[in-house]
Amino acid sequence: MIDDTDRAIINALQGGFPVCDRPFLVAAESLGLTETALIDRIAKLRADGVLSRFGPMYNADRFGGHNTLVAIEVPEDRFDEVAAIVNAFPEVAHNYARAHRLNMWFVVAAQSRAEVDRVLTEVEAATGLTVHDMPKQREFHVGLRFEA
Amino acid sequence: MRQLDDLDRRIIVATQDGLPLVPEPWRQVAGELGVEAEDLMDRVRSMQEDGIIRRIGVVPNHYALGYRHNGMSVWDVADEDVEAAGRAMTELGFVSHCYQRPRCPPAWPYNLFAMIHARDAATADSLVQRLAEALGPMNRGHLVLYSTRILKKTGLRLGA
Repeated sequence: MIDDTDRAIINALQGGFPVCDRPFLVAAESLGLTETALIDRIAKLRADGVLSRFGPMYNADRFGGHNTLVAIEVPEDRFDEVAAIVNAFPEVAHNYARAHRLNMWFVVAAQSRAEVDRVLTEVEAATGLTVHDMPKQREFHVGLRFEA
Repeated sequence: MRQLDDLDRRIIVATQDGLPLVPEPWRQVAGELGVEAEDLMDRVRSMQEDGIIRRIGVVPNHYALGYRHNGMSVWDVADEDVEAAGRAMTELGFVSHCYQRPRCPPAWPYNLFAMIHARDAATADSLVQRLAEALGPMNRGHLVLYSTRILKKTGLRLGA
């Protein structure tokens, strides 16, 4: 369980972590904590899985690669088998089961569009299913913070 | 938009899994990369200014915070309305990602995607309702696909 101090850290630190010699000291001051307490709290929240990461969040578009969102209609009795095939590709970054006829949605990321196409072709060959390729055409920027 | 250079790439590879939880994390990363701490911090600031770094801080696991109702809302909007519709939805402040993507007819007529997150089903429904109201007549049809299972989540990474 997280307490009020954890909540304050999560709500205050989803951005703006300082770039200086003693960033935890600076961030801890505004939270009324010591530097050590803040470091220990973040370490525990990481270990407990409340935080999935701590550090810089990069704009993956700037890495120079290509990615696309892919949807497949998977027969229910083949779902786990197909998930295993799809997930085995290192180019598959995330994969979600969703409640719809198109019930498997995953992101393929690679260095070039040709590499992405190769993965999609291999997924179709390995599964016998049709992939629906929906590359991002435009992104609307948001800065959402989650309230703890 | 500048291309990544060698130092950018080395910094990304060293920090994309996270910063070390020590009093001087930037100095420690600089030491690992064999560069001066001041040079590393200058470069991190410039990557922030250039938008290569979106932000620096904690990334909560929203499931762990109780956000169990995660929906991909998808909308069919005329191509000429996409910009206005995307802005109208993101201005509401609760959408985490919003993208225009190609339609795949006939299976898939939707071209605007907006992710929503809520702690209960009623709140999720009300967020979708607010999106629909913001679009008004621009909305020609929509659906919400809730995630039922995370099958894989490694994130987009830069190779070493």
